Amino acid sequence: MNLRRIFVFAGGILFGFGLAFGGMAKQEIVLSFLQLEDLGLLLLLGGSALVTALTINIVPKILKKPILGGEFKKRTRTLNKRTIIGAIIFGVGWGISGLCPGSAIASLGVGNLPVLIGIAGMFIGAYIMGRYFT
Amino acid sequence: MFPLGFFPYIIGGIIIGVGVSLIFIATGLHATQSSFLDATISFFSKRPYFLQKQFIDSRGWRITFALGVILGAFIYTITLAAEGFFTTSVEWWRLAIGGLLVGFGTRLSKGCTSGHGISGLASLSTTSLFAVITFITVGILTALVIQILGVMP
Repeated sequence: MNLRRIFVFAGGILFGFGLAFGGMAKQEIVLSFLQLEDLGLLLLLGGSALVTALTINIVPKILKKPILGGEFKKRTRTLNKRTIIGAIIFGVGWGISGLCPGSAIASLGVGNLPVLIGIAGMFIGAYIMGRYFT
Repeated sequence: MFPLGFFPYIIGGIIIGVGVSLIFIATGLHATQSSFLDATISFFSKRPYFLQKQFIDSRGWRITFALGVILGAFIYTITLAAEGFFTTSVEWWRLAIGGLLVGFGTRLSKGCTSGHGISGLASLSTTSLFAVITFITVGILTALVIQILGVMP
């Protein structure tokens, strides 16, 4: 296991710890946001986006390249119909189940095994997208 | 508005941001979640879409990242979680149908709550902002309709 992988793994541990700490491995809590009973998910999303924004907008001005080499690239996405139609379909699935990809993976770590059904669904959905809609 | 308080959400969000930041500073990678699906499928499928360089090149670290996420949630559960392990009571058919739509939709949109939500907004991407507003709005409308129809929880 090389050093890059160890950092990715460590970052993943923090990511999963933070998701579980913030209740996101419980679909009931995600659904309580989507049913407008507990708006805490917005704080979690805002907090994580803010910390990440500070990092990815400031660090490349200080460091020429990442500590372990490579380069700082911008994450680029172009706005088109697929972006929005995909977001609509994702929103319907999210509202039905309380699942999104990251929180579903974290759910496995809290022993929330029924979510395996949802993860299987995600793989089938991603396969259908890549197989028939590209 | 906040029956469980602000604390777990704000601290949880900051820890997630630190995790994404650590990976970015060390490697330059944007640690997002839903590409994990395509990257994993690239091991099994011969379809040209899944054999794109971006999936083949990233599938190793994306699986490492996902394993880290599982371990991190496990560490939280055995150390700080007052109630210990947790099992959802959301019905299996909602997980199945919801999961299917989440997998299809996030890959069509090229991002999810972490890709568009965390990394996209952090990159000040207007594309991601539109995506986030769309999936939160549609998610709320869907969940409210499901609630009105009497499906619980």
